[in-house]
Amino acid sequence: MSWEIVMGLEVHLQLATQSKIFSGSSTQFGAAPNQQADAVDLGMPGMLPVLNEEAVRYAVKFGLSIGARIGKRSVFDRKNYFYPDLPKGYQVSQFFSPIVCEGVFDVPLEDGSLYPIRITRAHLEEDAGKSVHDIFNHETGIDLNRAGTPLLEIVTEPDFRSAEQAVAYLKALHSLVTYLGISDGNMAEGSMRCDINISLREKGSRELGTRTEIKNVNSFRFVERAIHCEYERQADILDTGGRITQETRLFDAEQNTTRSMRSKEVANDYRYFPEPDLLPIVIDESYIDTVRQSLPELPAAKRARFVAEYDLTEYDTNLLVPNHGVADYFEAVAKSSGAPKLAANWILGDLSAALNRSELSIDANPISAERLAGLVSRISDGTLSSKLAKQVFEALWNEEGDTDEIIAARGLKQVSDSGALEAMVDEVIANNPDQVAQYIAADEAKRKKLSGFFVGQIMKASKGQANPQMLNELLLKKLEDQS
Amino acid sequence: MTKDSVFGMSVSAIQTMLRERSVSSVELTETFLERIAATNESLNAVITVCAEQALEQAQKADAAISRGEYQSLTGIPILHKDIFCTQGVRTTCGSKMLEDFVPAYDATVVTKMKAQGAIMLGKCNMDEFAMGSSNETSYFGTVKNPWNLDCVPGGSSGGSAAAVAAGMAPLVTGTDTGGSIRQPASLCGLTGLKPTYGRVSRLGIIAFASSLDQAGPIAHTAEDCAIALSAMSGIDPGDSTSADIPVPDFHSALNTQIDGLRIGLPREYFNESLDDAVRDRVMAALAELEKAGAILVDIDLPHSHYAIATYYVIAPAEASANLARYDGVRFGYRCKTASDLEDLYLRSRSEGFGEEVQRRILVGTYALSAGFYDAYFNKAQQVRRVITDDFHRAFEQVDIIAGPSAPGVAFPFGAKQVDPVAMYMEDIYTLAVNLAGLPGLSAPAGFIDGMPVGIQLIGKPFDEQIILNTAHRLQTDTDFHMARPTLQGLTS
Repeated sequence: MSWEIVMGLEVHLQLATQSKIFSGSSTQFGAAPNQQADAVDLGMPGMLPVLNEEAVRYAVKFGLSIGARIGKRSVFDRKNYFYPDLPKGYQVSQFFSPIVCEGVFDVPLEDGSLYPIRITRAHLEEDAGKSVHDIFNHETGIDLNRAGTPLLEIVTEPDFRSAEQAVAYLKALHSLVTYLGISDGNMAEGSMRCDINISLREKGSRELGTRTEIKNVNSFRFVERAIHCEYERQADILDTGGRITQETRLFDAEQNTTRSMRSKEVANDYRYFPEPDLLPIVIDESYIDTVRQSLPELPAAKRARFVAEYDLTEYDTNLLVPNHGVADYFEAVAKSSGAPKLAANWILGDLSAALNRSELSIDANPISAERLAGLVSRISDGTLSSKLAKQVFEALWNEEGDTDEIIAARGLKQVSDSGALEAMVDEVIANNPDQVAQYIAADEAKRKKLSGFFVGQIMKASKGQANPQMLNELLLKKLEDQS
Repeated sequence: MTKDSVFGMSVSAIQTMLRERSVSSVELTETFLERIAATNESLNAVITVCAEQALEQAQKADAAISRGEYQSLTGIPILHKDIFCTQGVRTTCGSKMLEDFVPAYDATVVTKMKAQGAIMLGKCNMDEFAMGSSNETSYFGTVKNPWNLDCVPGGSSGGSAAAVAAGMAPLVTGTDTGGSIRQPASLCGLTGLKPTYGRVSRLGIIAFASSLDQAGPIAHTAEDCAIALSAMSGIDPGDSTSADIPVPDFHSALNTQIDGLRIGLPREYFNESLDDAVRDRVMAALAELEKAGAILVDIDLPHSHYAIATYYVIAPAEASANLARYDGVRFGYRCKTASDLEDLYLRSRSEGFGEEVQRRILVGTYALSAGFYDAYFNKAQQVRRVITDDFHRAFEQVDIIAGPSAPGVAFPFGAKQVDPVAMYMEDIYTLAVNLAGLPGLSAPAGFIDGMPVGIQLIGKPFDEQIILNTAHRLQTDTDFHMARPTLQGLTS
């Protein structure tokens, strides 16, 4: 049987506010346990939540960026369940009236096309703390630093038909939220966590199959692997006439499998009801306008502009744009050097490779945009051959100075003086009469091969600094003159 | 001054004495602490006494007075209901669950009253988590009504009311979710005010039902309540539901001018189910107000009879979530040697909460459950709106609404404990006011067989002034509020 996979995603996005959604505690990652939890976060008796306006603004920013309808009156609800890292015994969330309503997010696929994903809703809620099971002997530790960190839960319709689409969506979402500055999107630190709802159906069927939910997958790679595993598992069951149990599953990256976490039959009844300690969030048009005006250029617009303004290929823009830092860096290099294509090539080529090798992000890039622009300029004005440019790049990477300083210090300047080149060519021709004779006797195809000998000799004599293009032209002309 | 003369004195009378320097705050504090020591063993109105801290505060108050610096409550000894969190002073909420809970923070009300110079003598007994109308659900034992030691003081602010009635303090704080200030004030012959929802910050008050809870004063007179209300009120950035509405100086604005005041008498309150003796006393008080120029108008609150059912869905539903934090994990009671997480939850909560609290958690959990939400919680929210609309319509015709505060006088211990619904009926005249978020006041209106009866005055939102003025007029023309219990039969 041939199965079609149908998926919807729920992403829990930690918003990059300074303080928590309902308290004044810091949201900084990595503090010692319980150092960033105050009486509100601990759910102490008598404590009350006060909404962080910044979290509201971030949610509205997100909504506007995907053209979603903004809930004019959204309401917080209590989601009731007992867990040791949920201090109040309920999570403050938005169930009945979310702040971001339906919208569409166009996801760029690798082939340059756009794949529209319908966003069902996005709502604000507070994160829970963490239970720590592996530090204390037979006891569980509770760290409430994360409790109360603002989350935006972004829910899609079941619009995904492949793991590649799901990953492309997550990457585009990651790009969008970092552009918006509403999240650091750091998946390793849990800033972006993904739940995947998966079901299979016969190809061509319109009905949805029974779904499972894979919770808390925290890297793009794991998302892809988890989907493949779960597809195989469900397909095996269905192929043998079995039925899928609706349940929550966990992805085990080491075993490369998903396993049952809890079945929905015994799942919690969350008993949602409106949170009486908070007022509804009322959002008017003028607020929406203000937020809209504060939106930066978003990835989609930037891609279009890069193609139009810098004459880049879609392929290159798709690589340059997703990371805001890379896009900005490219633009600075392109503007300063006046050679956008060359700039793109160097950034996507040697620079990317170097960054990858050293496991550095663009923000930790040792070569400033100005310095790379210097290199690109010296290539485009002919001062440096691509071979010399690679040497200069290495020196730039090692922070030995700017391009001109490196050229001067190492004497790397390309010889483009036609007089000097002519003298070198004449000398080589004069010193190698046998080779010249061979050349003259040879046919067109062989001549090409033979000319390499002369180029090599001249390069050797010039320590690689001869302008190869000029050299070629000059050499061919001189050899022609001999015949 | 003889020591006994301050017991039962009003706040305003004590203020005069402090200003005349005929008594110091330290003397007052010592005297009231002695009174608590002498009477509390019998009455059980106070759970925790903080003598040392009180005397320290009193010394500071005396120093301020000697510099001629007066705040509205400078040097006045008060007690807080044990639902207000007090920094460094254990706050039990009348529960085993919080028997040893010492907050690291003050409730906003506590901070504000401290800033106004009040001296905190200690913390008052109460029904467990404010759930009860007789103070019989307290883990710390029943409180006796100073007017008859065989009777309840009302609840849930029963300890607070008994303390004022017994002269342990001239002023106390209480909270009122469904009548918990007004009913005990009525049963103990006192004046108690539940302000408009949002008038007083709830921050630091241990939550029972968040959309209904409101703190207010209990004292001998409306004048004292006016003084206290200004001190307690005001928007609090820490409580999103506190109202951004200016707080008048209720005391200096207090007057007795009620000529032409239209007082609405809901037919549904004065119907055949109202006790005749209560009706007589309430009508007699209203006749006094009529003599002073008020106009009595019959009105309808047609959905009044839904108030109890509505309240007993919404309040337990909110409580079921509010009390979920008492899980034995971070603070409060934890059962011994839990075998696993479920056992920790089950036994900590079963052992830490009393019967009435558990009943309400179960009722509330049920009302919110999948499949019942629409039938119960959602329906109750809709009816709440209808009940509120009834009041707003009535206020188009009248300035205030009057009725009984409670269906009867203080009853003997155990009389209503067997049947929870009979106990819930104690709040039949007060619940709707909480549902509608309105201000309500109970003032003494006479006695039945020596036991106090209260009249309830209900105002428009944020118009506490008019009900204070009306009660003040009543207390100018009558002296029910001047009567004091003899405290016969005290063990000491």
